[in-house]
Amino acid sequence: MRLNKLAAPDVSHKVILYIEALSVSFDGFKALNNLSLYINDGELRCLIGANGAGKTTLMDVITGKTRCDSGQVYFGQTVDLLKHDEAAIARLGIGRKFQKPTVFEALSVAENLELSLKTDKGVWFTLMARLDSEQRDRIDAVLETIGLSALRGRPAGVLSHGQKQWLEIGMLLVSDPRLMLIDEPVAGMTAQETEKTAELLTSLAGERTVVVVEHDMEFVRSIARTVTVLHQGSVLAEGTMDQVQSNPAVVEVYLGEEP
Amino acid sequence: MRTLLLLICCFVLPMAAAQQAPEKPQITSDSNQAELSSLLLELTQANFRRMPELVTEIEQAGGRAVLPLLTALQDGELYYQPDTRELVVRQESGGGRVTVSDVFTGNTLDGFDTAALERVPINNRLRAVLQATIARILLFQGTDAEREQAARTMLSDLDEDNLVVLNEAIANEQVAAVADMINVALAMNVLVTDAPQAERLAAVATLHGNLQGPVRNLLRSFLDELGRNEQDPEVRAAMVSAMASIERKVRFYELMEQAFYGLSLGSVLLLAAIGLAVTFGVMGVINMAHGEMLMLGAYTTYVVQILMPEFINYSLWVAIPAAFMVSGLVGMFIQRFVIRYLNGRPLETLLATFGISLILQQAVRTIFSPLNRRVVSPDWMSGAWDINPVLSLTNNRLFILLFSIIVFVILLWILRKTSLGLQVRAVSQNRDMAKAMGIRTDWVDAMTFGLGSGIAGIAGVALSQLTNVGPNLGQDYIIDSFMVVVFGGVGNLWGTLVGAFSLGLANKFMEPMTGAVLAKIITLVFIILFIQVRPKGLFPQKGRAVE
Amino acid sequence: MSQLTNIWGELRRGSNTITLFVVVLFLATLLASLSNLLLPESSALHVSTYTITLLGKYLCYAMLALAVDVIWGYCGILSLGHGAFFALGGYAMGMYLMRQIGDRGVYGNPDLPDFMVFLNWDSLPWYWYGMDQFWFAMVMVALVPGLLALVFGWLAFRSRVTGVYLSIITQALTYALMLAFFRNEMGFGGNNGLTDFKEIAGFDLSADNTRVGLFVITAILLGVVFVCSQLIMRSRLGRVLVSIRDSEARARFLGYRTDHFKVWLFVYSALIAALAGALYVPQVGIINPGEFSPINSIEIVVWVAVGGRGTLYGAVGGAILVSYAKTRFTSLVPESWIFMLGALFVFVTIFLPKGLAGLLKQRLQRDNNGDSNGHPTKLTGEAKA
Repeated sequence: MRLNKLAAPDVSHKVILYIEALSVSFDGFKALNNLSLYINDGELRCLIGANGAGKTTLMDVITGKTRCDSGQVYFGQTVDLLKHDEAAIARLGIGRKFQKPTVFEALSVAENLELSLKTDKGVWFTLMARLDSEQRDRIDAVLETIGLSALRGRPAGVLSHGQKQWLEIGMLLVSDPRLMLIDEPVAGMTAQETEKTAELLTSLAGERTVVVVEHDMEFVRSIARTVTVLHQGSVLAEGTMDQVQSNPAVVEVYLGEEP
Repeated sequence: MRTLLLLICCFVLPMAAAQQAPEKPQITSDSNQAELSSLLLELTQANFRRMPELVTEIEQAGGRAVLPLLTALQDGELYYQPDTRELVVRQESGGGRVTVSDVFTGNTLDGFDTAALERVPINNRLRAVLQATIARILLFQGTDAEREQAARTMLSDLDEDNLVVLNEAIANEQVAAVADMINVALAMNVLVTDAPQAERLAAVATLHGNLQGPVRNLLRSFLDELGRNEQDPEVRAAMVSAMASIERKVRFYELMEQAFYGLSLGSVLLLAAIGLAVTFGVMGVINMAHGEMLMLGAYTTYVVQILMPEFINYSLWVAIPAAFMVSGLVGMFIQRFVIRYLNGRPLETLLATFGISLILQQAVRTIFSPLNRRVVSPDWMSGAWDINPVLSLTNNRLFILLFSIIVFVILLWILRKTSLGLQVRAVSQNRDMAKAMGIRTDWVDAMTFGLGSGIAGIAGVALSQLTNVGPNLGQDYIIDSFMVVVFGGVGNLWGTLVGAFSLGLANKFMEPMTGAVLAKIITLVFIILFIQVRPKGLFPQKGRAVE
Repeated sequence: MSQLTNIWGELRRGSNTITLFVVVLFLATLLASLSNLLLPESSALHVSTYTITLLGKYLCYAMLALAVDVIWGYCGILSLGHGAFFALGGYAMGMYLMRQIGDRGVYGNPDLPDFMVFLNWDSLPWYWYGMDQFWFAMVMVALVPGLLALVFGWLAFRSRVTGVYLSIITQALTYALMLAFFRNEMGFGGNNGLTDFKEIAGFDLSADNTRVGLFVITAILLGVVFVCSQLIMRSRLGRVLVSIRDSEARARFLGYRTDHFKVWLFVYSALIAALAGALYVPQVGIINPGEFSPINSIEIVVWVAVGGRGTLYGAVGGAILVSYAKTRFTSLVPESWIFMLGALFVFVTIFLPKGLAGLLKQRLQRDNNGDSNGHPTKLTGEAKA
């Protein structure tokens, strides 16, 4: 019965995430200012913007961590995300990778993935839960994808920073979310790994919806179809990378600083 | 003879009142002086039957000048030297020290063999006479305050002699307060005699809403079927109304008193919690040994008083800085050698500091014994401010209330205006950034911890004036202190202030209904529930960094 | 059925620790009991009834330490008020034992316990009804502390009271209960508590057989609680708990309602504490409000810290070790014990954050360097307390 909650969102209008007139302020500082944003089902969207533009706050609101002052956030046509808490939102199929990798260091790599599986997350169920063969296969497949098969039994605490990034991505993959919010996926990765991540993210889009926040412009260029530029808590521009880059407003506030 | 004297007194009285009573009473003429001398000589020889008359004669001869003498006699401190029959006042002060002083001026006299002095004997009848006599002298010749007090004393002792005095006094009384008091006394007298109804009604009207204890007792007795039981329905109705107005006032003042006790408890809580508000609220360090910092402050007061027994009145002024230093240094020591190594592990810090609190308690038990120690209150801390017969505020609580506010303001000033305060706030908001900007964070930590602990020490000095000083003193306050800080909102000194006083008031207003223990339990349960509703307290800190 | 095989699988998987623990506990209990009952008192190997009772007391403490370790070591909830659940369980048992005295009290009143006669009460308060029935009293042993834990935990965890705040309000909870139980009006014997028990379920409490029986029952129940807790911690639930301990926010973003997990665990832990209290009272023969005092609860935490939190055997060992030390030192040099206890707090938190179990583990790992058994120790990660 709990699985009902995992039912797919209503995307009959192609849009999976509606954000309308969203405002959040901290002690008078407007982190989000009347922000509106629509993300289509199956899209790969990049969010860029200077520090303090409101990218992380936006993710916090979508995932239920931060309460907003006003505005609306809908998942599909029907689900009002503002009425749900973090756990419920995660169960709806919205996964998140944090800016700073927070894997469970005391648990092994495989256990980290096990906890992320898309399954019943109730107390009694977890007490009796065992991995079935399908889940085992899924974990194995993801371990393969993120290149941590050899380290599956090691505590996540001993992983390098880059490996933790991969594990985070793996945790996101294994939970099979409908919408992935990914905060700075390539920070601390080598050029090779970055390339691999870009490939992975592009391959995910289509079936899933992926929203990426990233500072690395090269990386954004390599994956982005649509880019949204945030500035001071609002949307400054939206379009392809080329369109955005030639937008005078964007050039002035953000890209102008780039060489 | 007596009436004559009274008449003279009545003439003298207004003048004396106008002059605010002479500072050094003089015996007016040589003849009086001689008469007084012989009377005083007789005082050392007379038997109890003669004594009352003798006292009256001394009063007539000496007037206000003999007041110290009569007071000494009443207190059993009047002695004479067997051979010369010279009268002196012999007083024993704390520690068995005996002082001998002049019966008129109160100047200390030397060269007496204190053991050889003999006491002027006194019995209960004489005591009663002395009381009336002293009251009479005061009523006519004292300062305004003394005269009002004298009239008030007579309320509970309305015998014939006093009535004569009062009747004489009212005729020329100029000072309203004194006149009112005398009128009350006379009205009470009207009620107990068989006066006509109109007079009795007027008398009841005079007593309407009067808070003096004897007035209430008298009216209560008239309304009591087993007492005087007033028969006249009209007078009785008036008495019921007068009594009701009195009781309304009494209830009001009792409420005021509860409020005062609530504020007093609040001030104690504030003192106990405010140091914690610095270490826990600003630094985020849980110091379970905070209660022991209070205890150390209280014991410092005790030690200071042992070191300077001659100057108890000044001991607190030494104890306050001493306690600040002792507790502050111990706090810094704890910070440097324990807490520093547990940075960022609050639960471990909690446990380690709890261990320290055990050690400190046991150390005090070993050094000073497990029994409670009594700290003496200086004279200026004892006594009370009597606002009216129902409401009096004790000085020690008043001073501590004031003191807690002063400490609060100083602390606020330190945190807001000094460079230490600026650094403390910087470190508390962003340790790494502060470090990067060249602030010596470890030094700031130690200083902040010392400051918080030192304030706890000062609070201990204040506590020593209210309760006994024992090894468990700190434990009694630590939970309350945490409750105050958490209730008010961590990191907010104003929250601590509001939290302390509201908890204090709530506790004391509940007490009459529930008893002290239940009131405390209810407060605790309330806070436990309150934290569930508002986990960040009354005045939460806002912002992204808090999460 | 499949769940049964699961449990069996878990049992085999963690067999080394669990078997070792159960075997040691079983053998020790058996030896102590037999030598008390069979060997003559003159024998050098005879274990006195006093010692049996002392051992029973230690086992109760061990169970209590286990209760605290389950929430603190595995889920990061530091309760400074677990003595409250222990004492409530104890009081429920004490009420039963009190009713069993019947008319053998000093005042000989068949219904009212002595202290009520002393207070001039005419009838039993309503909450004493039914406590003369063993089964009912046992239900109360679980129900009262369990409900308190449920309500308290539900309120606290739902509003996300965590860390130090939680510790402080648990301490306030036990403090408030202590003040309440000191009141005569509460009907629990006030200052003196409940004592002078005569028999339990028809057995004379002063008889050696009863004493040994209670000791054996305590040992068995400790074993059961240990195995249950170990199984829970090895299930996925246990991993969720560890994830909550290390990063509660992250666990929430994975879809776990962490408050549900914490409430569940808190109640489980409170029930263990209550069981320990109920076993403790007939063995020591008294329960009074002092058991609620905050320092008692903190002592439990020291047992766990010394033994090593996050390992169940560590908690058990720590409780027995520290309690034994307390017994020895308070009889040798009474004043020194508090100094030692205080120093122990400081020493363990600074120099031995993982306790003796951590030390042992380190030593073992050094010995079997490279010999991976495929099941990495889950709890070696730095616990973010």
